[in-house]
Order: sequence, then C-alpha cells, then structure tokens
Amino acid sequence: MEALTWAEILSRMFYQLIPVWIAMVAMFSISFYYKRNLGLYGKLFDSPIGSIGFGIVIFWVLVGFFAGALDMISTHDPLSQVSGMKNKVPGTPLRGAEEGDYAFYLLGGDHLARDVFSRVMDGASIIVVIAPLATLFAFMVGITLGLPAGYYGGKLDTILSFIANLILAFPVILLFYLLVTPEIRMTGLPQYMAIFLFSFPILFFAVLINTRFYIQPQKRNLLIFIVVGLLSYLYLSLINEAGTKVTFFNAIDGFDVPGGLLTVFVSVVFVNSPTVFRIVRGLTLDIKTRDYVSAAQTRGEGPWYIMLWEILPNARGPLIVDFCLRIGYTTILLGTLGFFGLGLDPESPNWGATINEGRKLLSIYPHPALPPAFALLSLVLGLNLLADGLREESLKD
Amino acid sequence: MGQFILRRIGLMLITSICLTFIVFYLTNLFPNLEKLAKTQGNFRMSEAEVTSFLEDRGYLQSLPIKYGQWLGVLPGYVIEGKDGTIRGKCIKPGMQPENAAKFCGVIQGDWGFSTVFKDDIGKIVLIRLSLTGKLMFWVMLLMIPSALIVGILAGMREGSRTDRTLSTISITTTATPEYVSGVIFIAVFSSTAFGLKWFKGTAAKAMEDANFENFFLPVLTIALYGMGYIARMTRASMAEVMTAQYIRTARLKGVSFPNIVMKHALRNALIAPFTVIMLQFPWLLNGVVIVETLFNYKGFGWVLVQAAGNNDIELLLAVSAVSVVVVLLTQLISDIGYVYLNPRISVS
Repeated sequence: MEALTWAEILSRMFYQLIPVWIAMVAMFSISFYYKRNLGLYGKLFDSPIGSIGFGIVIFWVLVGFFAGALDMISTHDPLSQVSGMKNKVPGTPLRGAEEGDYAFYLLGGDHLARDVFSRVMDGASIIVVIAPLATLFAFMVGITLGLPAGYYGGKLDTILSFIANLILAFPVILLFYLLVTPEIRMTGLPQYMAIFLFSFPILFFAVLINTRFYIQPQKRNLLIFIVVGLLSYLYLSLINEAGTKVTFFNAIDGFDVPGGLLTVFVSVVFVNSPTVFRIVRGLTLDIKTRDYVSAAQTRGEGPWYIMLWEILPNARGPLIVDFCLRIGYTTILLGTLGFFGLGLDPESPNWGATINEGRKLLSIYPHPALPPAFALLSLVLGLNLLADGLREESLKD
Repeated sequence: MGQFILRRIGLMLITSICLTFIVFYLTNLFPNLEKLAKTQGNFRMSEAEVTSFLEDRGYLQSLPIKYGQWLGVLPGYVIEGKDGTIRGKCIKPGMQPENAAKFCGVIQGDWGFSTVFKDDIGKIVLIRLSLTGKLMFWVMLLMIPSALIVGILAGMREGSRTDRTLSTISITTTATPEYVSGVIFIAVFSSTAFGLKWFKGTAAKAMEDANFENFFLPVLTIALYGMGYIARMTRASMAEVMTAQYIRTARLKGVSFPNIVMKHALRNALIAPFTVIMLQFPWLLNGVVIVETLFNYKGFGWVLVQAAGNNDIELLLAVSAVSVVVVLLTQLISDIGYVYLNPRISVS
C-alpha cells in the first residue's frame, strides 16, 4: 500500500473526528440561538475572541469525551506496539494489517512503535478530567481560607498569608521533585496531604448550606445529610487505598485512584491554592467595605453568611476569569510533570510524557513530539482566549 | 524606609529557614535515605547494612539536630563507625579528625559536600549559577525591550488592528510553555526533517563558547513565555494612561502623537510593568530548569534536576536556599522600586 499524502492524512483525521464536529455544530447552533437567555455564557458568543477560545476548549473536551469514554476517535490502542512501525513518518500504512485494523498510522509511530494520533487523542481525556478538577479543588481550598483571612484580618490573616507566601516562594519544579517520587509515596505523605486538602470541599458545602438554611433546621439537616454524606463517601474512597498507609474505613472504599495520579493531583492542588487564596483575600478586602455588607451586618447576619452569600457571589466575575486561566496553568503544570517523567505512569498517553519521550530523537524524527505539543498549546491558548472573552463581556455590565 | 527594608530582610530570613527546613524534612524521610544509601553503597545492601551505613554517616540523628548541624549552630557530628573509621560532618576526605573544625554549617560558609558530583557544594553552585546568569542576562536583554515595545504599540491605540494582532500574539506566547515552544523550535530550526538547520538543537557548547547559533534558541524559548505577560501588563497600563486627562490636554494643545507617547505617556505607563518584570524572576527560574534540561545546558536548573533526582540532600538544600533568596530579593527590589517610581505611594 502507498503512504498517504498530507491532504489524505488531514481528510482522514477530519473523518475520524466527525462525532466531535457534529457535537460542536449542535452545541454552537443551540447556544447561538438562545444566547440572549443564557446570561454570561450567552454573551460570550458576542465576542469573537471568546467564541474562538470556547470553540477550541470545547473541541478538546469533546475529543476527551469521545476518545476516553466512548472510544470512538482513536484508530489504534494507545499502548499497543506494532513491529516495524517504529519512528515511521505520518501516513505510513500499518505493516501486517489484519481485517478490522485501521490501515494507517495517521501521524506516524513513536519510538516504541505506537500510534501517535491515538495517543494524542487519548491524552486529551486525561487532561480534560484532571486539570479542571484539580483547579476546582484548589479554588475550594483558596476560597475557604481566603474569605476569613480577608474578612477577619488580624492574626489569622498574617499566619495564612505567611504560609501562602512560603509555598509561593518555592520553585514549582523543586516542590514537584520533592513530593512526586515513589519514595515519598511510600511514606504516605501525599495521602496525608490529600486528607487535609480534600476535606475543604466538605467543609465549604456544609457551611454554605448551614448559613443559608439555619432558620429551617429540618430542610438544612436533610440537605446537609445528603450533600455531606455523598461528599464524605467520595472523600473516603479517594484517600483510602488498600495496601498503603491510609486504610481506615476500607469497607466503604468505593474506588481506588492509582497512587501516582493521587500524588500528582495533590501536588497540583497544593501549588495552585495559595494563588487562589491571595486573589480571594484581595477581593474580600475590597468587597467588605461595600454598603451591602454593612447592611447585612446591621441586619445581624453571621460572618460566614456574609462571606459566602454576600461577598462570594459579588466576587464571581474575576473568579470565573481566573478559573479559566488557572485551568490552563494547571494543564501546563501537568505537562511539566510529564516532561520530567514524574508522577503519572510514563506509559500513559498524557501529553507531557509524550513530548518528553519524543524530544529524545527530536532532531531526526520530530513527528512524535510535535502533535502533543500543538495539542497542549492549543488547549491552553483556547482557555486564555476564553478567559479574555469572559473578562471583556463581564466588564460590559 | 530603612526600617521597612530591615523588616523585610528579617521576614526573608524566617521564610528561608522555614523553607529549607521543609526541604530538609522531605529529603530526610527514611525511604529517601534508603535510596541514597543504596545509590552510594550498592543496590544489593541488606536492611541492616543500610541502617549501619546511614548511622555511620550521621543520617539517623534526630531531625532538629541534623538541621542545626547543617545550619552551623550545633557542632558537627563525629561518629566512630562500625568499621572503625571515624567520620564527622566537618572531617573532609583526607583530613585528620583532630584538625577538623567544631562547627561547619551554612553560617560558617560551608555548604557541605555533594554526593552526586563529589565536589564542594559552594563551588558547584557558584559555577552553575554564573552559567545560568549568562543565560538570564541574554534572556532579559531580549525579553524586556521587545515586551515593552509590543505592549506600548498595542496600548497606544486601544482597539485598533495593531492592538488586536499584537494582543493575540502576546496571548499565544503566554499559552506556550517552554517545553512546547522549545520542542517546536528544535524540530523546525535544527532537525533534519525540516531541513532548515539554522540553529543547534543543544546548547552544551554554549557553556564555554556561546554564539548566536547555539545560544539563541534557549534564550528565545525562555524569553517568549515571559514576554507575553509583560507585554499585556504594559498594554493595559499604557491604554489606561492614554485615556487620562493630561493626555487629552496635550492633544488639544496640538502636541504631535509620537511626542505624546514618548514624552507624556511613557513614563507613567512604565511603573506597572517594572514590578511585573521583577516578579517574573521566580517564573523564569522554572523556565530555566525546563530549558536547561531540554537544551542540555548544565546550569543551575540542570543541577536542581540532578540533585533532586539523586536525593543529594545538601546540594538540594543549597539550591533551594539560593532560589528562595533570589525570589524574595526580587520581591523586595520590586517593592522598593515601586515606591521610588511612584511618588504617590509610601511604604508606611
């Protein structure tokens, strides 16, 4: 069989991505049609920069969904090695292809003769799950600590700010090297950190519900029971793992997260939360001088009600923008970890590790390293453009 | 002002002590020490051998005591090993135990001995730091002027086509981490596949003899990531200044547009970017680690990776102490500089 030309490669890639195109067209047309009723999300489509950014981000999210959850896009298994396909250029026909095999390596083979196209597509599913989730956790920690630090001030603020600055003064890579090693994992330290960091969402939601519904104890008790119960179950499943240092409540351990993944997750949350803390603290310091806060204080509302239901909703604009930017930054951090071969299983198709493996033969075979590099670049760029569009639109009102 | 600086320096000392203690704690966890013993001795050591190896070299003392010895506030250990040789923190190889000093820590200027490079750490850090300094000098030389020019051109007429184009470019560079842009540059400019071969894909030779061919790509890679951010800050600050009343007055008086930009707007617009440039240092440190690994330039970042990968405790401590001091020092300079540039702000 002949090798494919670039036009054929591109059209075949386009064909593989058809589910993504259909879903994107559907999403865009619905959102565009109803954009007047969709609040800030709808307004995004008024700004060209914002819609381009949104388009890129949603493209990767859909790729992650279709490739990871439904297994529709990849042409080959990202881990299987085919003899004779080592470092082959894009469009090489698969050697010894049998019935039912996809006949080509669309973007070539890497140094272990795996399909680059499938690895990039499957890598998206890892990033689009971990990066937003880690950012969300970092926001929970940052908000839960930043609000009281800004609102109460004083000693609490001094201590928390000192700790935040301490973590921020660390070079990120040094911190990763210290935290994300198999030796440290043996001591159980990442799990202890997980116990601490992941308790913040539970705390946050418990206080959130309590301050809102404390006048209706029955409703409050029911809500807290449901929400906190569910979160605690997830929490205990997340931190417990048989055969490690943290094994209490093993009976209700619902699922196991691979040790390396948990460590990566914890360190990314740990690195991100001080910055979120500083932003939330700054916003709180600004907003607490407003009249509506004084009004709430005069009404006799409790401090946590004011923080969570008066200050936080009014700080949402900058926080949403920063959330988008921070997902991009987290993506970069995850890539950095992969680049240094830390944490995630090096076999797994995450982009950072793929770039790292591809760079060793870069001057002879650049094709295995470039697709994941461009994928990561486009996702972060999309998130930055989206944040820019959101900032522009939220400043308009 | 003097009191302010003193207070900040005090805070800096406390921060560095806290941070080095954290590094000390993490590197001295037992699995790490075990790994160290096995790489130093041999990989087939039994558990008892590992313990005696570590005990003889003072690794199994309690943590605060070890930290005190490293710092130089407690006398260094002298332990007679099970094999009969006397080892001590202050006894250098080939030195008689009687001649050794009592204290030898950071305060005495002794940073210890690297287990990976088999050399004095103070010397290693100094050499590597000067190599990284060379890299950073060229990065700054490329990054700051180009970032400021891009930012000023974009912010001078907000919303114009130049502004849109330049802003998109700056966003793209901030979205490109060093390991992505570096890989792309090497692939495009130095691989046989594209056939350009304008630059070298490695900067190993640039350590002694840096020239445009082998040094430009690493410099560009670091500069590009920081450039977008500074340019965006400059643009925002410039756009704000351009809407100020005194600019309108100048325009109405009939001052020409280049004159307005150069003489009236620029000075006020450059206050914010200055602080941003100083605060970029910690970020650049990250970039340095990635780029030095990617281009095989054996500077400070490369040492960090080697020390961390091999759990070279004292080298790692020295590296983290130096980088923390650099980070905090730039914060201090940025605060002081801000006060000088902006007479409306006072430190108190």
